[in-house]
Amino acid sequence: MSHGIVWKYGDNVNTDVIFPGRYTYQIMAPEEMARHAMEDLDPGFAATVKPGDVIVAGKNFGCGSSREQAAACLKAAGVQAVVAKSFARIYFRNAINLGLAVLQSDEAAERLETGDPIDIDLARGEIRSAKGTFHFLPLPASVIGIIEAGGLIEYTKRKLEEEQE
Amino acid sequence: MGKTLTEKVLGRKAGQDVRAGEVVTVSPDYVLSHDNSAAIIKEFRKLGVKKVKAPGKIVIVLDHIVPAADEKYAQNHKSIREFVAEQGIPNFFDINAGICHQVLPEQGFALPGLVIVGSDSHTPSYGALGAFATGIGRTETACTWATDEIWLRVPETMRIDLSGRMAPGVSAKDLSLKLIGDHGAEMANYKAVEFAGPSAHDFSVGARLTMANMSAEMGAKNGYFNPDDKALKWLEGRARQPFVAVSSDPDASYESVLACNLDGLEPQIACPHTVDNVKPVAAVAGKPVNQVLIGTCTNGRLEDLEAAAAIFKGRKVHPSVRVLVIPASWSVYREALKSGALAVLVDAGCVILNSGCGPCLGAHEGLLAEGEVCLSTSNRNFRGRMGHRDSEIYLASPATAAASAVTGKITDPREFS
Repeated sequence: MSHGIVWKYGDNVNTDVIFPGRYTYQIMAPEEMARHAMEDLDPGFAATVKPGDVIVAGKNFGCGSSREQAAACLKAAGVQAVVAKSFARIYFRNAINLGLAVLQSDEAAERLETGDPIDIDLARGEIRSAKGTFHFLPLPASVIGIIEAGGLIEYTKRKLEEEQE
Repeated sequence: MGKTLTEKVLGRKAGQDVRAGEVVTVSPDYVLSHDNSAAIIKEFRKLGVKKVKAPGKIVIVLDHIVPAADEKYAQNHKSIREFVAEQGIPNFFDINAGICHQVLPEQGFALPGLVIVGSDSHTPSYGALGAFATGIGRTETACTWATDEIWLRVPETMRIDLSGRMAPGVSAKDLSLKLIGDHGAEMANYKAVEFAGPSAHDFSVGARLTMANMSAEMGAKNGYFNPDDKALKWLEGRARQPFVAVSSDPDASYESVLACNLDGLEPQIACPHTVDNVKPVAAVAGKPVNQVLIGTCTNGRLEDLEAAAAIFKGRKVHPSVRVLVIPASWSVYREALKSGALAVLVDAGCVILNSGCGPCLGAHEGLLAEGEVCLSTSNRNFRGRMGHRDSEIYLASPATAAASAVTGKITDPREFS
Protein backbone atom coordinates (compact mmCIF):
# COMPACT_ATOMS: atom_id res chain seq x y z
CA MET A 1 0.00 0.00 0.00
CA SER A 2 1.39 3.38 -0.87
CA HIS A 3 0.15 6.91 -0.62
CA GLY A 4 0.28 9.75 -3.12
CA ILE A 5 -1.34 12.82 -4.61
CA VAL A 6 -3.13 12.86 -7.96
CA TRP A 7 -2.00 14.82 -11.03
CA LYS A 8 -4.90 14.77 -13.47
CA TYR A 9 -4.62 15.03 -17.28
CA GLY A 10 -6.88 14.35 -20.25
CA ASP A 11 -7.07 11.89 -23.17
CA ASN A 12 -4.26 11.04 -25.58
CA VAL A 13 -1.36 12.31 -23.46
CA ASN A 14 1.42 11.57 -25.95
CA THR A 15 5.07 10.67 -25.53
CA ASP A 16 6.24 13.98 -27.01
CA VAL A 17 4.67 15.99 -24.19
CA ILE A 18 5.74 13.45 -21.55
CA PHE A 19 9.35 13.49 -22.75
CA PRO A 20 10.15 15.83 -25.67
CA GLY A 21 11.86 14.55 -28.81
CA ARG A 22 14.59 17.15 -28.53
CA TYR A 23 16.06 15.11 -25.65
CA THR A 24 15.20 11.64 -26.93
CA TYR A 25 18.49 10.80 -28.60
CA GLN A 26 20.65 12.17 -25.82
CA ILE A 27 21.65 9.52 -23.34
CA MET A 28 20.68 10.87 -19.92
CA ALA A 29 20.88 9.75 -16.32
CA PRO A 30 17.45 9.06 -14.77
CA GLU A 31 17.62 12.18 -12.53
CA GLU A 32 18.12 14.36 -15.59
CA MET A 33 15.23 12.64 -17.41
CA ALA A 34 13.05 13.41 -14.39
CA ARG A 35 13.75 17.13 -14.79
CA HIS A 36 12.10 17.06 -18.25
CA ALA A 37 9.08 14.94 -17.27
CA MET A 38 5.81 16.32 -18.73
CA GLU A 39 7.72 19.41 -19.88
CA ASP A 40 5.53 20.29 -22.87
CA LEU A 41 2.21 19.49 -21.17
CA ASP A 42 2.69 20.83 -17.67
CA PRO A 43 5.93 22.81 -17.31
CA GLY A 44 5.50 23.02 -13.52
CA PHE A 45 5.21 19.26 -12.99
CA ALA A 46 8.85 18.24 -12.73
CA ALA A 47 9.70 20.82 -10.07
CA THR A 48 6.77 20.02 -7.77
CA VAL A 49 6.00 16.30 -8.17
CA LYS A 50 6.64 14.31 -4.99
CA PRO A 51 7.72 10.68 -4.63
CA GLY A 52 4.62 8.48 -4.55
CA ASP A 53 2.44 10.82 -6.61
CA VAL A 54 0.12 9.32 -9.18
CA ILE A 55 -0.78 10.46 -12.69
CA VAL A 56 -4.44 9.97 -13.59
CA ALA A 57 -5.46 10.39 -17.22
CA GLY A 58 -8.07 9.49 -19.81
CA LYS A 59 -7.85 7.33 -22.90
CA ASN A 60 -4.73 6.25 -24.80
CA PHE A 61 -2.08 7.46 -22.34
CA GLY A 62 1.42 7.32 -23.84
CA CYS A 63 0.42 7.31 -27.49
CA GLY A 64 3.05 8.21 -30.05
CA SER A 65 6.63 7.13 -30.21
CA SER A 66 8.28 4.07 -28.69
CA ARG A 67 10.63 6.20 -26.57
CA GLU A 68 11.13 4.44 -23.28
CA GLN A 69 12.13 7.67 -21.51
CA ALA A 70 8.43 8.57 -21.45
CA ALA A 71 8.02 5.82 -18.87
CA ALA A 72 11.51 6.12 -17.35
CA CYS A 73 11.24 9.88 -16.68
CA LEU A 74 8.03 9.44 -14.67
CA LYS A 75 9.52 6.61 -12.64
CA ALA A 76 12.65 8.69 -12.02
CA ALA A 77 10.45 11.63 -10.95
CA GLY A 78 8.98 9.41 -8.25
CA VAL A 79 5.62 8.70 -9.87
CA GLN A 80 4.43 5.39 -8.40
CA ALA A 81 1.71 4.65 -10.91
CA VAL A 82 -0.22 5.92 -13.90
CA VAL A 83 -3.96 5.29 -13.75
CA ALA A 84 -5.78 5.71 -17.07
CA LYS A 85 -8.82 4.57 -19.02
CA SER A 86 -6.47 2.95 -21.52
CA PHE A 87 -2.82 2.95 -22.55
CA ALA A 88 -1.10 2.97 -25.91
CA ARG A 89 0.36 -0.48 -26.42
CA ILE A 90 4.08 0.27 -26.65
CA TYR A 91 3.84 2.53 -23.59
CA PHE A 92 2.11 -0.24 -21.66
CA ARG A 93 4.91 -2.70 -22.49
CA ASN A 94 7.66 -0.17 -21.79
CA ALA A 95 6.20 0.75 -18.40
CA ILE A 96 5.97 -2.87 -17.32
CA ASN A 97 9.46 -3.59 -18.60
CA LEU A 98 10.76 -0.74 -16.43
CA GLY A 99 8.62 -1.52 -13.39
CA LEU A 100 6.25 1.49 -13.58
CA ALA A 101 2.74 0.43 -12.55
CA VAL A 102 0.16 1.10 -15.29
CA LEU A 103 -3.39 0.61 -14.02
CA GLN A 104 -6.61 0.70 -16.01
CA SER A 105 -9.73 2.01 -14.34
CA ASP A 106 -12.45 4.03 -16.09
CA GLU A 107 -14.08 5.00 -12.83
CA ALA A 108 -10.92 6.24 -11.14
CA ALA A 109 -10.00 8.16 -14.28
CA GLU A 110 -13.43 9.83 -14.28
CA ARG A 111 -13.70 10.65 -10.59
CA LEU A 112 -10.23 11.55 -9.38
CA GLU A 113 -8.95 15.11 -9.72
CA THR A 114 -5.65 16.93 -9.23
CA GLY A 115 -4.77 17.17 -5.55
CA ASP A 116 -6.83 14.16 -4.39
CA PRO A 117 -4.88 12.01 -1.90
CA ILE A 118 -5.09 8.30 -2.78
CA ASP A 119 -3.72 4.95 -1.71
CA ILE A 120 -2.88 2.21 -4.19
CA ASP A 121 -2.90 -1.44 -3.23
CA LEU A 122 -1.34 -3.37 -6.10
CA ALA A 123 -1.82 -6.74 -4.45
CA ARG A 124 -5.57 -6.22 -3.98
CA GLY A 125 -6.07 -4.29 -7.20
CA GLU A 126 -7.53 -1.28 -5.39
CA ILE A 127 -7.27 2.48 -5.50
CA ARG A 128 -8.68 4.06 -2.35
CA SER A 129 -9.69 7.69 -2.03
CA ALA A 130 -12.19 9.92 -0.22
CA LYS A 131 -14.32 9.56 -3.38
CA GLY A 132 -14.50 5.82 -3.05
CA THR A 133 -12.58 2.63 -3.78
CA PHE A 134 -11.88 1.85 -7.41
CA HIS A 135 -10.73 -1.46 -8.85
CA PHE A 136 -8.28 -1.81 -11.69
CA LEU A 137 -7.95 -4.54 -14.29
CA PRO A 138 -5.51 -7.24 -13.24
CA LEU A 139 -2.31 -7.35 -15.28
CA PRO A 140 -1.98 -10.21 -17.79
CA ALA A 141 -0.38 -13.34 -16.36
CA SER A 142 2.35 -13.19 -18.98
CA VAL A 143 3.80 -10.01 -17.51
CA ILE A 144 3.58 -10.84 -13.83
CA GLY A 145 6.89 -12.72 -13.95
CA ILE A 146 8.56 -9.63 -15.37
CA ILE A 147 7.14 -7.38 -12.66
CA GLU A 148 8.02 -9.85 -9.91
CA ALA A 149 11.60 -9.87 -11.13
CA GLY A 150 11.69 -6.05 -10.94
CA GLY A 151 11.64 -5.38 -14.66
CA LEU A 152 12.65 -7.04 -17.90
CA ILE A 153 16.42 -6.60 -17.54
CA GLU A 154 16.47 -8.48 -14.22
CA TYR A 155 14.01 -11.08 -15.54
CA THR A 156 16.09 -11.73 -18.66
CA LYS A 157 19.34 -11.76 -16.72
CA ARG A 158 18.03 -14.50 -14.45
CA LYS A 159 16.73 -16.46 -17.41
CA LEU A 160 20.07 -16.27 -19.19
CA GLU A 161 21.89 -17.36 -16.01
CA GLU A 162 19.59 -20.35 -15.67
CA GLU A 163 20.25 -21.33 -19.28
CA GLN A 164 24.00 -21.25 -18.68
CA GLU A 165 23.86 -23.44 -15.59
CA MET B 1 -13.02 -21.35 -38.88
CA GLY B 2 -10.36 -19.53 -40.87
CA LYS B 3 -7.54 -17.37 -39.59
CA THR B 4 -6.24 -13.88 -40.08
CA LEU B 5 -2.81 -13.20 -41.52
CA THR B 6 -1.58 -12.27 -38.03
CA GLU B 7 -2.81 -15.55 -36.50
CA LYS B 8 -1.14 -17.51 -39.29
CA VAL B 9 2.20 -15.71 -39.16
CA LEU B 10 2.51 -15.81 -35.37
CA GLY B 11 1.19 -19.37 -35.22
CA ARG B 12 3.75 -20.65 -37.68
CA LYS B 13 6.53 -18.90 -35.82
CA ALA B 14 5.35 -20.25 -32.47
CA GLY B 15 4.90 -23.74 -33.90
CA GLN B 16 1.34 -24.01 -32.64
CA ASP B 17 -2.22 -23.25 -33.61
CA VAL B 18 -2.98 -19.78 -32.26
CA ARG B 19 -5.97 -17.48 -32.05
CA ALA B 20 -6.40 -13.84 -31.15
CA GLY B 21 -5.99 -13.28 -27.42
CA GLU B 22 -3.36 -15.95 -26.87
CA VAL B 23 0.17 -15.07 -25.85
CA VAL B 24 3.00 -16.67 -27.82
CA THR B 25 6.76 -16.60 -27.53
CA VAL B 26 8.47 -16.33 -30.89
CA SER B 27 11.91 -15.96 -32.34
CA PRO B 28 11.62 -12.93 -34.64
CA ASP B 29 13.09 -12.92 -38.15
CA TYR B 30 14.58 -9.45 -37.77
CA VAL B 31 15.07 -6.99 -34.93
CA LEU B 32 15.36 -3.37 -36.06
CA SER B 33 16.90 -0.44 -34.27
CA HIS B 34 18.31 2.93 -35.31
CA ASP B 35 20.20 5.72 -33.55
CA ASN B 36 18.62 4.49 -30.33
CA SER B 37 20.90 1.44 -30.62
CA ALA B 38 23.34 3.44 -28.47
CA ALA B 39 20.85 3.35 -25.58
CA ILE B 40 19.96 -0.28 -26.34
CA ILE B 41 23.64 -1.26 -26.15
CA LYS B 42 23.78 0.25 -22.63
CA GLU B 43 20.83 -1.93 -21.58
CA PHE B 44 22.32 -4.99 -23.30
CA ARG B 45 25.54 -4.57 -21.26
CA LYS B 46 23.51 -4.96 -18.05
CA LEU B 47 22.43 -8.47 -19.01
CA GLY B 48 25.75 -10.14 -18.27
CA VAL B 49 26.20 -11.79 -21.67
CA LYS B 50 28.99 -10.92 -24.06
CA LYS B 51 27.41 -11.77 -27.39
CA VAL B 52 24.10 -11.15 -29.05
CA LYS B 53 22.39 -14.45 -29.76
CA ALA B 54 21.63 -14.04 -33.47
CA PRO B 55 23.73 -11.26 -35.05
CA GLY B 56 22.30 -11.97 -38.51
CA LYS B 57 18.81 -11.01 -37.35
CA ILE B 58 19.81 -7.60 -36.05
CA VAL B 59 19.33 -4.73 -38.50
CA ILE B 60 20.66 -1.32 -37.50
CA VAL B 61 19.97 1.75 -39.65
CA LEU B 62 21.29 5.16 -38.65
CA ASP B 63 18.56 7.56 -39.72
CA HIS B 64 17.37 9.81 -36.89
CA ILE B 65 20.17 12.36 -36.71
CA VAL B 66 22.30 11.80 -39.80
CA PRO B 67 24.92 13.09 -40.08
CA ALA B 68 25.45 13.67 -36.36
CA ALA B 69 24.31 17.16 -35.36
CA ASP B 70 26.55 17.49 -32.31
CA GLU B 71 29.15 15.70 -30.21
CA LYS B 72 26.62 13.66 -28.23
CA TYR B 73 25.02 12.27 -31.37
CA ALA B 74 28.46 11.66 -32.85
CA GLN B 75 29.41 9.67 -29.76
CA ASN B 76 26.20 7.62 -30.06
CA HIS B 77 26.95 6.80 -33.69
CA LYS B 78 30.54 5.91 -32.80
CA SER B 79 29.48 3.53 -30.05
CA ILE B 80 27.01 1.87 -32.43
CA ARG B 81 29.65 1.37 -35.14
CA GLU B 82 32.02 -0.16 -32.54
CA PHE B 83 29.31 -2.51 -31.28
CA VAL B 84 28.43 -3.59 -34.83
CA ALA B 85 32.10 -4.49 -35.45
CA GLU B 86 32.52 -6.20 -32.07
CA GLN B 87 29.39 -8.35 -32.48
CA GLY B 88 29.80 -9.09 -36.19
CA ILE B 89 26.40 -7.63 -37.11
CA PRO B 90 26.22 -7.89 -40.90
CA ASN B 91 23.18 -5.70 -41.50
CA PHE B 92 24.34 -2.22 -40.61
CA PHE B 93 23.40 0.87 -42.63
CA ASP B 94 25.35 4.03 -41.92
CA ILE B 95 24.35 7.65 -42.56
CA ASN B 96 24.11 7.24 -46.33
CA ALA B 97 21.23 4.74 -46.55
CA GLY B 98 17.96 6.37 -45.49
CA ILE B 99 15.06 5.96 -43.12
CA CYS B 100 14.85 2.46 -41.66
CA HIS B 101 11.21 2.06 -42.72
CA GLN B 102 12.18 2.64 -46.34
CA VAL B 103 15.50 0.77 -46.20
CA LEU B 104 14.08 -2.49 -44.81
CA PRO B 105 11.50 -2.89 -47.60
CA GLU B 106 13.92 -1.80 -50.34
CA GLN B 107 16.70 -4.06 -49.09
CA GLY B 108 14.43 -7.10 -48.95
CA PHE B 109 14.15 -7.56 -45.17
CA ALA B 110 10.43 -6.76 -45.05
CA LEU B 111 8.87 -9.88 -46.56
CA PRO B 112 5.48 -11.60 -46.44
CA GLY B 113 5.05 -13.98 -43.52
CA LEU B 114 8.00 -12.71 -41.49
CA VAL B 115 7.95 -11.48 -37.90
CA ILE B 116 9.82 -8.19 -37.50
CA VAL B 117 10.08 -6.24 -34.27
CA GLY B 118 11.69 -2.83 -34.06
CA SER B 119 12.48 -0.23 -31.45
CA ASP B 120 10.51 2.34 -33.38
CA SER B 121 6.80 2.97 -33.25
CA HIS B 122 6.43 3.02 -37.05
CA THR B 123 7.72 -0.53 -37.43
CA PRO B 124 4.20 -1.65 -38.50
CA SER B 125 5.10 -0.18 -41.91
CA TYR B 126 6.34 -3.60 -43.09
CA GLY B 127 2.80 -4.93 -43.00
CA ALA B 128 2.52 -3.21 -46.39
CA LEU B 129 4.26 -6.30 -47.76
CA GLY B 130 2.44 -8.84 -45.60
CA ALA B 131 4.85 -9.14 -42.68
CA PHE B 132 3.80 -9.09 -39.03
CA ALA B 133 5.72 -6.06 -37.78
CA THR B 134 5.38 -4.18 -34.52
CA GLY B 135 7.16 -1.63 -32.36
CA ILE B 136 8.84 -2.37 -29.03
CA GLY B 137 10.91 -0.39 -26.53
CA ARG B 138 14.64 -0.18 -25.94
CA THR B 139 14.87 -2.51 -22.95
CA GLU B 140 12.85 -5.10 -24.79
CA THR B 141 15.06 -4.78 -27.86
CA ALA B 142 18.17 -5.32 -25.73
CA CYS B 143 16.62 -8.46 -24.21
CA THR B 144 15.62 -9.74 -27.66
CA TRP B 145 19.22 -9.28 -28.85
CA ALA B 146 20.30 -11.47 -25.93
CA THR B 147 17.61 -14.15 -26.05
CA ASP B 148 16.41 -14.19 -29.66
CA GLU B 149 12.85 -14.37 -28.45
CA ILE B 150 9.96 -12.16 -27.44
CA TRP B 151 6.44 -12.64 -26.10
CA LEU B 152 3.56 -11.24 -28.09
CA ARG B 153 -0.17 -11.25 -27.56
CA VAL B 154 -1.92 -12.27 -30.77
CA PRO B 155 -4.08 -9.23 -31.54
CA GLU B 156 -7.71 -9.12 -32.59
CA THR B 157 -8.16 -7.73 -36.08
CA MET B 158 -10.10 -4.76 -37.42
CA ARG B 159 -10.68 -5.08 -41.17
CA ILE B 160 -11.13 -1.96 -43.27
CA ASP B 161 -12.90 -2.76 -46.53
CA LEU B 162 -11.84 -0.30 -49.20
CA SER B 163 -14.10 0.23 -52.19
CA GLY B 164 -14.36 2.85 -54.91
CA ARG B 165 -11.55 4.97 -56.27
CA MET B 166 -9.71 8.06 -55.06
CA ALA B 167 -9.97 11.17 -57.22
CA PRO B 168 -6.87 12.87 -58.69
CA GLY B 169 -5.13 14.99 -56.05
CA VAL B 170 -6.25 12.62 -53.28
CA SER B 171 -3.89 9.96 -51.90
CA ALA B 172 -3.31 7.28 -49.26
CA LYS B 173 -2.30 9.97 -46.75
CA ASP B 174 -5.69 11.64 -47.09
CA LEU B 175 -7.37 8.28 -46.55
CA SER B 176 -5.30 7.54 -43.42
CA LEU B 177 -6.07 10.95 -41.95
CA LYS B 178 -9.77 10.62 -42.75
CA LEU B 179 -9.95 7.24 -40.99
CA ILE B 180 -8.08 8.53 -37.92
CA GLY B 181 -10.16 11.73 -37.85
CA ASP B 182 -13.43 9.83 -38.04
CA HIS B 183 -12.57 7.09 -35.57
CA GLY B 184 -10.00 8.62 -33.21
CA ALA B 185 -6.33 8.06 -32.39
CA GLU B 186 -7.02 4.88 -30.47
CA MET B 187 -9.41 3.35 -32.98
CA ALA B 188 -7.24 0.25 -33.24
CA ASN B 189 -5.34 0.26 -29.93
CA TYR B 190 -3.69 -3.16 -29.37
CA LYS B 191 -5.29 -4.45 -32.58
CA ALA B 192 -4.20 -5.56 -36.02
CA VAL B 193 -5.61 -3.50 -38.88
CA GLU B 194 -6.16 -5.26 -42.20
CA PHE B 195 -6.59 -3.09 -45.28
CA ALA B 196 -8.76 -5.18 -47.57
CA GLY B 197 -11.76 -4.94 -49.87
CA PRO B 198 -12.00 -4.68 -53.67
CA SER B 199 -9.89 -1.50 -53.90
CA ALA B 200 -6.96 -2.71 -51.79
CA HIS B 201 -5.23 -4.13 -54.85
CA ASP B 202 -5.26 -0.68 -56.50
CA PHE B 203 -2.86 0.66 -53.86
CA SER B 204 0.78 0.92 -54.96
CA VAL B 205 3.39 -0.54 -52.61
CA GLY B 206 4.31 3.04 -51.68
CA ALA B 207 0.70 3.84 -50.79
CA ARG B 208 0.51 0.61 -48.76
CA LEU B 209 3.62 1.66 -46.84
CA THR B 210 1.92 4.98 -46.07
CA MET B 211 -1.24 3.21 -44.83
CA ALA B 212 0.62 0.64 -42.73
CA ASN B 213 2.88 3.39 -41.35
CA MET B 214 -0.13 5.47 -40.31
CA SER B 215 -1.75 2.46 -38.63
CA ALA B 216 0.63 3.30 -35.77
CA GLU B 217 -1.35 6.54 -35.35
CA MET B 218 -4.51 4.43 -34.98
CA GLY B 219 -2.82 2.74 -32.01
CA ALA B 220 -2.46 -0.50 -33.96
CA LYS B 221 -0.05 -3.25 -33.01
CA ASN B 222 0.36 -4.09 -36.69
CA GLY B 223 -1.27 -2.93 -39.91
CA TYR B 224 -1.11 -4.82 -43.18
CA PHE B 225 -2.27 -5.62 -46.68
CA ASN B 226 -2.59 -9.27 -47.69
CA PRO B 227 0.31 -9.80 -50.09
CA ASP B 228 -0.89 -9.90 -53.73
CA ASP B 229 0.78 -10.08 -57.15
CA LYS B 230 1.66 -6.39 -56.95
CA ALA B 231 3.53 -6.90 -53.67
CA LEU B 232 5.28 -10.05 -54.88
CA LYS B 233 6.35 -8.38 -58.11
CA TRP B 234 7.79 -5.44 -56.15
CA LEU B 235 9.82 -7.91 -54.08
CA GLU B 236 11.39 -9.60 -57.11
CA GLY B 237 15.14 -9.06 -56.97
CA ARG B 238 14.88 -7.58 -53.46
CA ALA B 239 13.97 -10.48 -51.14
CA ARG B 240 16.99 -11.62 -49.12
CA GLN B 241 15.58 -14.99 -48.19
CA PRO B 242 12.85 -17.40 -49.20
CA PHE B 243 9.45 -16.64 -47.72
CA VAL B 244 5.93 -18.03 -47.64
CA ALA B 245 3.25 -15.45 -48.35
CA VAL B 246 0.12 -15.97 -46.26
CA SER B 247 -3.18 -14.11 -46.36
CA SER B 248 -6.27 -13.99 -44.17
CA ASP B 249 -8.84 -16.69 -44.91
CA PRO B 250 -12.23 -15.60 -46.25
CA ASP B 251 -13.86 -17.02 -43.11
CA ALA B 252 -11.37 -15.54 -40.64
CA SER B 253 -12.79 -13.99 -37.49
CA TYR B 254 -12.62 -10.20 -37.21
CA GLU B 255 -13.35 -8.11 -34.16
CA SER B 256 -14.87 -5.44 -36.38
CA VAL B 257 -15.24 -4.51 -40.04
CA LEU B 258 -15.33 -0.92 -41.30
CA ALA B 259 -16.61 -0.11 -44.76
CA CYS B 260 -14.77 2.72 -46.45
CA ASN B 261 -15.72 4.10 -49.86
CA LEU B 262 -12.97 6.09 -51.57
CA ASP B 263 -15.27 7.86 -54.02
CA GLY B 264 -15.67 11.48 -53.03
CA LEU B 265 -12.79 11.47 -50.52
CA GLU B 266 -11.35 14.99 -50.27
CA PRO B 267 -7.80 16.07 -49.30
CA GLN B 268 -7.51 15.95 -45.50
CA ILE B 269 -5.36 17.74 -42.95
CA ALA B 270 -4.60 17.00 -39.28
CA CYS B 271 -4.61 20.23 -37.30
CA PRO B 272 -2.59 20.92 -34.11
CA HIS B 273 -1.92 19.16 -31.78
CA THR B 274 -3.27 15.65 -32.35
CA VAL B 275 -3.32 13.37 -35.38
CA ASP B 276 -7.06 12.81 -35.01
CA ASN B 277 -7.91 16.53 -35.21
CA VAL B 278 -8.67 16.12 -38.90
CA LYS B 279 -10.55 18.42 -41.28
CA PRO B 280 -10.91 18.69 -45.06
CA VAL B 281 -8.07 20.88 -46.37
CA ALA B 282 -10.72 23.24 -47.72
CA ALA B 283 -11.90 23.96 -44.14
CA VAL B 284 -8.55 25.46 -43.10
CA ALA B 285 -7.46 26.82 -46.49
CA GLY B 286 -5.80 30.22 -46.29
CA LYS B 287 -3.88 29.66 -43.05
CA PRO B 288 -0.32 31.01 -43.63
CA VAL B 289 2.58 28.56 -43.24
CA ASN B 290 6.25 29.26 -42.51
CA GLN B 291 7.75 25.88 -43.32
CA VAL B 292 6.79 22.86 -45.42
CA LEU B 293 8.37 19.43 -44.91
CA ILE B 294 8.08 16.85 -47.68
CA GLY B 295 9.55 13.49 -46.70
CA THR B 296 9.69 11.09 -43.70
CA CYS B 297 8.81 7.40 -43.38
CA THR B 298 5.21 8.31 -44.19
CA ASN B 299 5.60 10.24 -47.43
CA GLY B 300 9.19 10.44 -48.67
CA ARG B 301 9.00 7.94 -51.52
CA LEU B 302 9.48 8.54 -55.24
CA GLU B 303 5.75 8.82 -55.92
CA ASP B 304 5.49 11.41 -53.14
CA LEU B 305 8.34 13.52 -54.51
CA GLU B 306 6.83 13.23 -58.00
CA ALA B 307 3.39 14.31 -56.74
CA ALA B 308 5.07 17.39 -55.25
CA ALA B 309 7.16 17.99 -58.40
CA ALA B 310 4.03 17.89 -60.57
CA ILE B 311 2.77 20.93 -58.65
CA PHE B 312 6.13 22.73 -58.38
CA LYS B 313 6.88 22.37 -62.11
CA GLY B 314 7.17 25.84 -63.60
CA ARG B 315 6.35 27.43 -60.22
CA LYS B 316 8.30 28.80 -57.27
CA VAL B 317 8.17 28.32 -53.53
CA HIS B 318 6.35 31.31 -52.01
CA PRO B 319 8.88 33.84 -50.66
CA SER B 320 7.53 33.60 -47.10
CA VAL B 321 7.90 29.80 -46.98
CA ARG B 322 10.93 27.52 -46.58
CA VAL B 323 10.52 24.04 -48.02
CA LEU B 324 12.54 21.04 -46.83
CA VAL B 325 12.56 17.93 -49.02
CA ILE B 326 13.96 14.67 -47.70
CA PRO B 327 13.99 11.61 -49.98
CA ALA B 328 13.19 8.64 -47.72
CA SER B 329 16.28 6.72 -48.84
CA TRP B 330 19.32 7.04 -51.05
CA SER B 331 17.62 4.70 -53.48
CA VAL B 332 14.68 7.12 -53.66
CA TYR B 333 17.19 9.98 -53.92
CA ARG B 334 18.84 8.36 -56.97
CA GLU B 335 15.51 7.55 -58.61
CA ALA B 336 14.29 11.11 -58.09
CA LEU B 337 17.53 12.42 -59.63
CA LYS B 338 16.97 10.21 -62.68
CA SER B 339 13.28 11.01 -63.02
CA GLY B 340 13.97 14.74 -62.91
CA ALA B 341 11.78 15.30 -59.86
CA LEU B 342 14.66 16.62 -57.75
CA ALA B 343 15.66 19.14 -60.44
CA VAL B 344 12.10 20.47 -60.46
CA LEU B 345 12.11 20.77 -56.67
CA VAL B 346 15.49 22.52 -56.58
CA ASP B 347 14.49 24.91 -59.38
CA ALA B 348 11.36 25.78 -57.42
CA GLY B 349 13.50 26.71 -54.41
CA CYS B 350 13.20 23.64 -52.15
CA VAL B 351 16.07 22.69 -49.82
CA ILE B 352 17.07 19.04 -50.33
CA LEU B 353 18.38 17.29 -47.19
CA ASN B 354 20.16 13.98 -46.60
CA SER B 355 17.86 10.96 -46.45
CA GLY B 356 16.77 10.46 -42.85
CA CYS B 357 14.12 11.53 -40.37
CA GLY B 358 15.10 15.21 -40.59
CA PRO B 359 13.24 17.59 -38.26
CA CYS B 360 10.23 15.25 -37.84
CA LEU B 361 11.24 14.25 -34.33
CA GLY B 362 12.53 17.66 -33.36
CA ALA B 363 16.25 17.00 -33.02
CA HIS B 364 17.81 18.89 -35.96
CA GLU B 365 17.54 20.19 -39.53
CA GLY B 366 14.85 22.83 -39.51
CA LEU B 367 13.15 23.23 -36.14
CA LEU B 368 10.35 25.69 -35.49
CA ALA B 369 10.49 28.97 -33.59
CA GLU B 370 7.75 30.18 -31.26
CA GLY B 371 4.51 30.78 -33.14
CA GLU B 372 5.70 29.25 -36.43
CA VAL B 373 3.49 26.98 -38.51
CA CYS B 374 4.74 23.93 -40.37
CA LEU B 375 2.81 21.85 -42.87
CA SER B 376 4.41 18.41 -42.92
CA THR B 377 3.88 15.12 -44.73
CA SER B 378 4.98 13.27 -41.58
CA ASN B 379 2.83 11.34 -39.13
CA ARG B 380 2.78 13.28 -35.83
CA ASN B 381 1.81 16.82 -34.93
CA PHE B 382 2.09 16.69 -31.16
CA ARG B 383 2.82 19.93 -29.33
CA GLY B 384 6.50 20.80 -29.40
CA ARG B 385 7.45 17.83 -31.55
CA MET B 386 9.31 19.85 -34.19
CA GLY B 387 10.57 22.68 -32.03
CA HIS B 388 9.04 25.32 -29.76
CA ARG B 389 6.08 24.17 -27.70
CA ASP B 390 4.07 27.07 -29.12
CA SER B 391 4.72 26.18 -32.74
CA GLU B 392 2.09 24.37 -34.83
CA ILE B 393 2.25 21.33 -37.08
CA TYR B 394 -0.35 20.43 -39.72
CA LEU B 395 -0.17 17.00 -41.38
CA ALA B 396 -1.19 16.43 -44.98
CA SER B 397 -0.28 14.75 -48.28
CA PRO B 398 2.71 15.65 -50.46
CA ALA B 399 0.34 17.28 -52.99
CA THR B 400 -1.24 19.49 -50.31
CA ALA B 401 2.24 20.30 -48.98
CA ALA B 402 3.48 21.38 -52.41
CA ALA B 403 0.36 23.40 -53.23
CA SER B 404 0.61 25.20 -49.87
CA ALA B 405 4.34 25.87 -50.41
CA VAL B 406 3.54 27.62 -53.70
CA THR B 407 0.77 29.84 -52.32
CA GLY B 408 2.26 30.40 -48.85
CA LYS B 409 -0.93 29.26 -47.17
CA ILE B 410 -2.80 25.99 -46.69
CA THR B 411 -4.19 25.12 -50.12
CA ASP B 412 -6.29 22.33 -51.60
CA PRO B 413 -4.02 20.69 -54.22
CA ARG B 414 -6.95 20.16 -56.58
CA GLU B 415 -6.67 23.88 -57.38
CA PHE B 416 -3.50 22.98 -59.30
CA SER B 417 -4.86 20.10 -61.35
